[in-house]
Amino acid sequence: MRWKRKDLLDLESLSLQELEYILTTAASFKEVTGRQIKKVPALRGKTVVNLFYEPSTRTRVSFEVAAKRLSADVINIAAEVSSVKKGETLIDTGKNIEALKADIIVVRHSASGAAAMLARHLKANVINAGDGWHEHPTQALLDIFTLREKLGRIEGLKVSIIGDIAHSRVARSNIWGLTKMGAKVTLCAPLMLIPPGIEETGVKVTDDLDQALSEADAINVLRMQFERDEAGAFPKAWEYFKTFGITEERLQKAKKDIVVMHPGPINRGIEMSSEVADGVNSVILEQVTNGIAVRMAVLFLVAQAKNGKKANSN
Amino acid sequence: MAKKRILIKGGRIIDPDGDFDQIGDILIEDGLISHRGDAQGSSADTVIEAKGKIVMPAMVDMHVHLREPGREDKETIASGTTAALRGGVTSVLAMPNTNPAIDSPEHIELLSQIIKKTAHIEVLICGTITKKREGLELSDITALKKKGALAITDDGSSVDDLELMRKAFQEAKKCGLLVICHSEDKKLSGDGAVNLGFTSTRLGLKGISKESEYKRVARDVELAKETGARIHIAHVSCKESIEIIARAKQQKIAVSAETAPHYFTLCDQAVLGFDTNMKMNPPLRGKEDLEAIKEGLRQGIIDAIASDHAPHASSEKDIEFDRAAFGVIGLETELAVAITELVEPGILSWLQLAKAVSYNPAKILGIDKGKLSVGSPAEIVVISPDQEWVVRKEAFLSKSKNSCFLEKKLKGQVIYTIHQGQVKWSL
Amino acid sequence: MEAKIILSSQEVRKAIQRLTHQILERDQSLKDLVLIGIQTRGVCLARRIQAAIKELKNQDMPLGVLDITFYRDDLTAIGSSPVVKETNIEFDLNDKRIVLIDDVLFTGRTIRAALDEIMDFGRPKTIELLVLIDRGHRQLPIRPDFVGKNIPTSLEESVEVKFQESDGSDEVTIINRQEDKR
Repeated sequence: MRWKRKDLLDLESLSLQELEYILTTAASFKEVTGRQIKKVPALRGKTVVNLFYEPSTRTRVSFEVAAKRLSADVINIAAEVSSVKKGETLIDTGKNIEALKADIIVVRHSASGAAAMLARHLKANVINAGDGWHEHPTQALLDIFTLREKLGRIEGLKVSIIGDIAHSRVARSNIWGLTKMGAKVTLCAPLMLIPPGIEETGVKVTDDLDQALSEADAINVLRMQFERDEAGAFPKAWEYFKTFGITEERLQKAKKDIVVMHPGPINRGIEMSSEVADGVNSVILEQVTNGIAVRMAVLFLVAQAKNGKKANSN
Repeated sequence: MAKKRILIKGGRIIDPDGDFDQIGDILIEDGLISHRGDAQGSSADTVIEAKGKIVMPAMVDMHVHLREPGREDKETIASGTTAALRGGVTSVLAMPNTNPAIDSPEHIELLSQIIKKTAHIEVLICGTITKKREGLELSDITALKKKGALAITDDGSSVDDLELMRKAFQEAKKCGLLVICHSEDKKLSGDGAVNLGFTSTRLGLKGISKESEYKRVARDVELAKETGARIHIAHVSCKESIEIIARAKQQKIAVSAETAPHYFTLCDQAVLGFDTNMKMNPPLRGKEDLEAIKEGLRQGIIDAIASDHAPHASSEKDIEFDRAAFGVIGLETELAVAITELVEPGILSWLQLAKAVSYNPAKILGIDKGKLSVGSPAEIVVISPDQEWVVRKEAFLSKSKNSCFLEKKLKGQVIYTIHQGQVKWSL
Repeated sequence: MEAKIILSSQEVRKAIQRLTHQILERDQSLKDLVLIGIQTRGVCLARRIQAAIKELKNQDMPLGVLDITFYRDDLTAIGSSPVVKETNIEFDLNDKRIVLIDDVLFTGRTIRAALDEIMDFGRPKTIELLVLIDRGHRQLPIRPDFVGKNIPTSLEESVEVKFQESDGSDEVTIINRQEDKR
């Protein structure tokens, strides 16, 4: 197949073929990251701008490393130093960045749809690095990549996503990606943190952690963001850990080789115990490593999507 | 100004007053319909050949935001009424959420002066229920009525205070004024941006529940029953609201209702992709709601179609979805959308359509419009029913372009709009 | 579509034999010799040469696989996303004698990319270039050390190399793309 998308905004609209294509390309980049010189000239002369309206060191650094390993120039713009506060609109900011001849804009924003809006108004490639509660496609891609690397397949796997589904873009992207690739997904959370209608994606929903763990080949444990609890709807942190926290004791009832993932940063003692986070089942650090390969693949692919004439090779 | 004689020849005349649906001629003299039927031999200054065309009363749109005074950058009475003419509308009820809000006789006077100077059609006045639409203190409802307001509403928000609303209904009842209800319990809708459900989940946006609408409809219907006030439910968007209204009508409670073209054309899936032109309040609902709206119109539970024309500057729309303004423009598209979505598929007959867009709203507002009988004021629209056109951003006469029907192909083109016996717009 | 056969299956095999002998003639010792094939047909050809050396000298030469996609200079110009294949070089390249192998030498741009990529893996002592077909039209100052056959071509023509392993038979053909369009 040919990659045609100028932007990567979500996983919901991707076809199975497109998902596979990104993962295959990511595998090639993983090999590159294992070399002594971990850098290839694929995006030499290109400028990648990380436009981050929310602080996120992990994702920003991952994109930065990925872009640099593709030999692109990287500019980081954090919301507090841009002109956001002076009332410039997102589109204006985007157009100004484009006027600096940026080729790819990686955007993180607290508003759902922010990346889609930029993509509609800009010629530059736009990669969604997380928009509101909507999607975080590269995080889900690296989760799926890691899972496939560990277990050899996605189709038929039972994956439980545990935590605040309602406010999680990571959950949404994982749900779309995993279900498209044939995994059986169970969501586990206090029912107030399950968003309405989510069953229509084909997932199962439970508030019983033991049930979510019992048959799972893998679990993806979401970060609980208590600071987001405007309505006071969340349980208290200790309460949450008691009911939904992943502990070694609870994992004893699960499959022995269950894969434990977490998008980070972990709240130790809230979503999972330290023993689990650092335990044999945890692939949390591999996720970080794989994140670079996946983001290299995404940067590389969207950069190709601009049309041009065919040159002679050989 | 000498009024000309206009002859509309051979059109299909649709007059909801008396369920008249026949081919014939209409003669207009001195701003009135002077003859209907066969006008052979009549002389006229202007002859409109209407063979194959629909001739019906011009629309009475009872829910229009003209933005003047206050936000003349979005719309003015001049631009809004020009847009109305293009859409086949010759009477509008101007919503009072302007700046200043139309909450006193002084502000009515201010508005009337602008209307007198700049309006191209009849602009009817609506006052607020509470001062500055703050929901805290009642406007002088009797004074508003005396100064010419045909209704009161705090449209844009509902009056949350039950006691205050009860008093408003009592006052309105006393002076015989219509209360138009924007039905939304803000405690339930919060800062939602789209219909609550799978769509809000997919988009990762906060939802607006149907409950926030229909619970408030139920409250106001109950208050109307208790006080005997005449109320009108604005922009009905969901099935449950229709059911409540249907029951109220069975109980002979004085309630009428309107919906807007987007609610019988689009459902919440149109928001996927984050197009802020699909953002309005109440939000686009589910498919079953869309079907219920059509059925409510067919059965006449919903009396009227109104545009809820809500112009917004692009700077308020080309921003993050959750921050973007609610509302869409609709004056120039509503009739064609109604023809395309309701008449073409056979949900409404032409007579039913004419009732919903002219006769019923005129009756609700108590004005002598929406009819084509001899002696009626000549407020007429001539429509080419099979003519197709595509909604283009550049073509709008409204100052704002925030339409949810951009690039949509519509059937039914307004070719003449006649107001006070004069051709005010022609294609 | 007219496809003219340039090398038959037997001629392909003969050419590979001759190329193998030429490699060995330069340095009989085979000390530090490694083969690197460029994806995809270059890898097939490299494996053939590896097998031929094994037959003659009973030694297994290290063989690396190189995908030059990330090093191409026309990435943004090609407009279609290239299929990225595996790169696999599991040995140290420092101070090695590398024979870089591809099926067809044309503009020289692939070889430029391959040279850059190899340099990122280490510092070999020498790099020699082996191709089955040299069709001319170089755009860069690159010349092969070992050539199976020189074939003068026009730009409208394309040269296709087939190998038993990937295509079912050994064969080199030339196709006129202009005629193709008619």
